[in-house]
Amino acid sequence: MNYLYFLYIEFLAKHQIPQIFGDITFYCIPITIIFIALLVVVLALVLVERKMLGWFTQRKGPNRVGFWGILQTVADAFKLLCKENITPNAVDRFLFNLAPVIMFTPALVVLGLIPYSAEFTFANFETNSLIYIVFAVLPVMSILIGGWASNNKYSLMGTMRNISQVLAYELPMAFSLLGVITLASSMNLGKITLAQNSANGILGWFWLPCIIGFAVMFISILAELNRCPFDLPEAESELICGYNTEYSGMRFALFYLGEYSLLFANALFLSVLFLGGYLSPFGRYLSTMLFAGQFGEILLYFEQAFWLILKSFFIIFVIIWIRAVFPRMASFDLLKFSWTFLLPVSILNLFLMVILKFITGGVYA
Amino acid sequence: MTNIETLKLNLGPQHPSTHGVLRLILELEGEKIISCKPDVGYLHRGMEKIAEKLTYIQYLPMVDRIDYLAGFFYSELLCENIEKALEIELSERVKAIRVLMLELNRIASHLLWIGAFLMDLGAVSPFFYTFRERELVLKYFEKVTGQRMMNNYFVFGGVRRDIFDLGDVKDFLKILKNKIKDYERIIDRNPIFKQRTIGKGILEPDIAFNDSITGVNLRASGVNLDFRTKHCLYKDYEFNPVVLNGKDSFSRYRARVLELTLSASIIEQTIEKLEQNGELKQTLIKPLGLKLPEGEYYSEIEAPRGLAGCYIKSTVEERPYRLKWRTGSYYAVNLLRKLLKGVYLNDAIAIAGSLDIILPEVDK
Repeated sequence: MNYLYFLYIEFLAKHQIPQIFGDITFYCIPITIIFIALLVVVLALVLVERKMLGWFTQRKGPNRVGFWGILQTVADAFKLLCKENITPNAVDRFLFNLAPVIMFTPALVVLGLIPYSAEFTFANFETNSLIYIVFAVLPVMSILIGGWASNNKYSLMGTMRNISQVLAYELPMAFSLLGVITLASSMNLGKITLAQNSANGILGWFWLPCIIGFAVMFISILAELNRCPFDLPEAESELICGYNTEYSGMRFALFYLGEYSLLFANALFLSVLFLGGYLSPFGRYLSTMLFAGQFGEILLYFEQAFWLILKSFFIIFVIIWIRAVFPRMASFDLLKFSWTFLLPVSILNLFLMVILKFITGGVYA
Repeated sequence: MTNIETLKLNLGPQHPSTHGVLRLILELEGEKIISCKPDVGYLHRGMEKIAEKLTYIQYLPMVDRIDYLAGFFYSELLCENIEKALEIELSERVKAIRVLMLELNRIASHLLWIGAFLMDLGAVSPFFYTFRERELVLKYFEKVTGQRMMNNYFVFGGVRRDIFDLGDVKDFLKILKNKIKDYERIIDRNPIFKQRTIGKGILEPDIAFNDSITGVNLRASGVNLDFRTKHCLYKDYEFNPVVLNGKDSFSRYRARVLELTLSASIIEQTIEKLEQNGELKQTLIKPLGLKLPEGEYYSEIEAPRGLAGCYIKSTVEERPYRLKWRTGSYYAVNLLRKLLKGVYLNDAIAIAGSLDIILPEVDK
């Protein structure tokens, strides 16, 4: 961050703009980048998911709007914006309108905690990862508010399912995070990434020593995101659409946007914890190899972000793959699975990590 | 102890899984169903009353719509009744053609059910896979009869025209056999699918008998009752009805998959017969001014969703005095009262789906 900062100030000084202006605007740049990138990524994600589901099911997926269907989600978003915002009579108007906004905010917050490249973390606290966990659960508040305010029986049932599900899967998630924290000796996501930097490349990343934790975390994230096979809160064959049954138009779009940005954020989180974050899988970075000097160093930021996003897209691909293959779980099996299997396993994983740390000491510093 | 408030929930008619035609009035305690009251009639078209106003040949194109997924079976029933009344013997080739079409229709119907059932359970892909194979059957129907679903192919005394391109059917059977293995790989071995179907929706044979359940649902409860074994069309065919002892949703699913293979083997036998006797000999009944002798006629057949029957009372007029249909799904809907009691909502959809209820057949 410092390096970019000096570059920026230098650039402004050349054009005789006072430094105070640079100090203020410098921090707006990453926010804007993140926001725009998020919108683009979400639009792309929806398209990618529909395309891939199409391929899994012997279809072509959307292919009418734009070349290769590339503008399909843009068209969908535009349609949603143009649609009438229906507010049913018996809803609690204030809460009904509030819920979609709350859904989207935490997704933005958590994206600021991710280290996209070595010096590019928007909010770099020492306890980054814990804050992530806290904020990543907040959307359940919005679901609770929206489901309750909708005054619809299906919404209410979807909400109840969602809350019990998030409660059940939050703990295994936190315990497997603790395993990683033990290995990395840090709660900072940037330092966790750096702890995975070793000569072994891919084998040095935490997915290998922490494979149980990786699996537990992956399953818990599926449940937190209401993704198949844990998509009970919005099981369309039972609950119509779950908590957002009554929502339409822009409000529905916000829920949708929130869901997909959380999917993206959680995939990023997972790749930071277990897949080496922004580290290159080859051990060396292409940009510093090919371009010497300043240009290569600037390019390095983008390359690191590229690796991180590539890894997260791999995780998203697996999530979509699972959706194409698995049916939905039964609600009580789902809770049983978490409390009686995932939670003990994740605690066991934590013990294993402590032992591993104790034995190897130096390797995972 | 305080009173526990229950939640009354109208599952349908405006609901994605009942798509406008069935209403289940559920009483819920949390997500547990205390009572279930099916409310049918949203798709009632007055099929039986209309019959009293139409001549037999005018009514014939309508009967395909009683069960749009198994139309051949219902036109077969009507034709059979009239052939019985006028005492007409069908030639071997006509019989073979009818069996071929009926069994292909059964395969198409079961394939659709497999997809829809998995869709009810929340799996999206199998729906498309089974539709892909069903498409081949419908393409063949279109080739021979000119229609994909409402075929109107059987007529009184025979079929509308001879069959051709049996190679298509052979190719289809080959594909189907491979694909059934694929289904087994993606569905049967799926742990979540097993968890959601094994031991769910237990249907005891005596309850099934008392509620007049027939067809695959009954056979999956361990009762060997297949009306094909008694039917005149199937006299010369060798087959063993699929009987499973599981009583649950899983065995109902398995039974349908096994029936695909069974139907395929019957079709193979018909193809042999069709290739042996080449010419179509049939004496079609002149439909204009057709009057049945006075009396009551009844015919029944094993349709994909259980026993289907057609009753006609004739008073020597051009129109039937009374016509009544017996369909399998009607009794299956009633069974929901018993099967859904005490289960949780998301099992309820799976159990209701496993019974293969088709609402046009219920409402008629």
